[in-house]
Amino acid sequence: MTELLGIYNYWIYIILMMIGFYGVIAKANLIKQAIALGLFQTGIFLFYISMAVVDGGTAPIWTTVGDGAVKALGPYDNPLPHVLILTAIVVSVSVLAVALAIIINIKWSYGTIEYDEIAALERATEREEGDADA
Amino acid sequence: MLDIPLDVQANLPVLIVLTPLLGGVIATFTGRGVLPWLWSTLVTGVTFALTIQMMMTLLASGEPFISYELGNWPKWWGIEYRVDLLNAFILLVVAGIGFITTVYARLSVQDEIPDDRHNVFYAVWILAITGLLGITITGDAFNVYVLLEISSLTVYALIAMGKDRDRRALTASLRYLILGSVGASFILLGIGYLMMVTGTLNMEDMHNQLLRMPDLDTNRTILVAFALLVVGLSLKMALYPLHMWLPKAYTYAPSAVSALLAATATKVGVYMAFRFLFGIFGVGFSFYAMPSHFVLLGMASLGIIFSSLTAIRQTNAKSLLAYSSVGQIGYIVAGFSLANPNGVAGSIVHIFNHAVTKGGMFMALGAIAYRVGGTDMKHLRGLGKRMPLTAGALALGGLGLIGFPLTAGFISKWYLVSGALDAGMWQLAVVVLIGSLFALVYVWKIIEALFFGEPTGRTAEATEAPLSMLIPIWVLIGLSIYFGVDTSFTADVATRAASSLLGGLP
Repeated sequence: MTELLGIYNYWIYIILMMIGFYGVIAKANLIKQAIALGLFQTGIFLFYISMAVVDGGTAPIWTTVGDGAVKALGPYDNPLPHVLILTAIVVSVSVLAVALAIIINIKWSYGTIEYDEIAALERATEREEGDADA
Repeated sequence: MLDIPLDVQANLPVLIVLTPLLGGVIATFTGRGVLPWLWSTLVTGVTFALTIQMMMTLLASGEPFISYELGNWPKWWGIEYRVDLLNAFILLVVAGIGFITTVYARLSVQDEIPDDRHNVFYAVWILAITGLLGITITGDAFNVYVLLEISSLTVYALIAMGKDRDRRALTASLRYLILGSVGASFILLGIGYLMMVTGTLNMEDMHNQLLRMPDLDTNRTILVAFALLVVGLSLKMALYPLHMWLPKAYTYAPSAVSALLAATATKVGVYMAFRFLFGIFGVGFSFYAMPSHFVLLGMASLGIIFSSLTAIRQTNAKSLLAYSSVGQIGYIVAGFSLANPNGVAGSIVHIFNHAVTKGGMFMALGAIAYRVGGTDMKHLRGLGKRMPLTAGALALGGLGLIGFPLTAGFISKWYLVSGALDAGMWQLAVVVLIGSLFALVYVWKIIEALFFGEPTGRTAEATEAPLSMLIPIWVLIGLSIYFGVDTSFTADVATRAASSLLGGLP
């Protein structure tokens, strides 16, 4: 039991990710889909941060100690995943920005951001094209 | 051979990515008119020349690979670029197609994209090529993810730029964005799990660490990583049934963008699968310990059959070719999941052959859209008389899709079928034949419209496409015929790359 609770941040990462995944699949509103996508990616950030943890670890700071040598203050967390996730955060912000830009354009040309209404409009266009062919 | 400065020669691998990266950013400031196009032609041309030089350097060195450490950081700390025969070949294909489609793009882009956005269009265009080249050359797993997102984000923007012709480009682009981001996130997670187990991001290092693990086949973390990566990669390379984003994206994107994407984007996805399945996990784990044979072969076979059937039903030639692309990805995936020399070689050859054939065909459709204003079957009717050279290119490309002898498509299918028979999988050979039969039907639909229809509307007044479009189209279609007759270069590279992927001597 304690073993399961001890890795609670991994549980939270899975839960966050699945909430996001559900939103991406189930929500018809495009803005809500974009938010859900953001949540999905945030879950992954939590996963990377959790895996960096070292027992009793602290920030990776190296400093000059008494005799002039440069040493770490103590055991420290792995800084590499933190750096990676900084990059991934930038990526996810960019994805969100592009998504919102496209959604704004969709609002301008369709007049709605509800997926089912857009789909109905597109089906109507396809029918017109079919009629023009006949 | 050109005399090039030693500095350039020593830093060749990084220059292949750096040139278009900086060139793309600078393209934003090139203003209006013809300058953005001229600049991108120059940048992609130089990049192409660099990849040719890279290939020659690699062949001349006689080494199995050339390793380059970015900023001189040792590769287990920093990022390593690594060029072996396989990715030198893919680099050549991506940069070459990038250059040819850029040359082609001028009139098509002028026609389809408003003037004030040309500089941005070409900037994003070059950056998309940068991302694809970067994925191909890097030897660092996290770097793959970053460059994957660079290429994906720019491609979403490129597709959305088709909105001035058809607003459905926007929804197609958003759909690709959401599915593509989910796929990339799965890849990111998979890399994270791998890093947890191995403590490294360098691909070679990862592979060695994995081989050293006594419980490789049963370790849960590795199994999860493998599953996540296979799903993410399948989404990125549009393997059936995860291809749902592709047809609409290709149909509504601007013509030049469709040509670039069809020829390069999914191919680089397949290359990533090579690197992860063969390079990091190794053949023994991916194809013997895990049931990838059955899963990937099954999905690929279903893809070949069902997407070819869907292609037959399309009334728009562009979406017909898009569905055919999903089927062709099926051939490529089926080839490498056989995990025997002929199958993998067929897969590599088909990456090249399909890139030139489909690239040329999408460019021909772009030329038709430029002259006639659309790519519906009704627009194509009777074009054989009005635009004989464009229509001829389309027809020859179509023969390549079927796998007609003396076209490049025949060579890849030959390898594929021999691979299937070597593995005792006669069922796959049957699937390939059925797929070719369906291809015959949908290609015939195009040929019938082109040569046996009566032109109506704008088609009746159409004239032959301009030379600046015809030349790039015929260069690609010509290559697809040339490499169907003289296979010494492609087949040699492919068989050598296949044997090094499978762990034999290169």
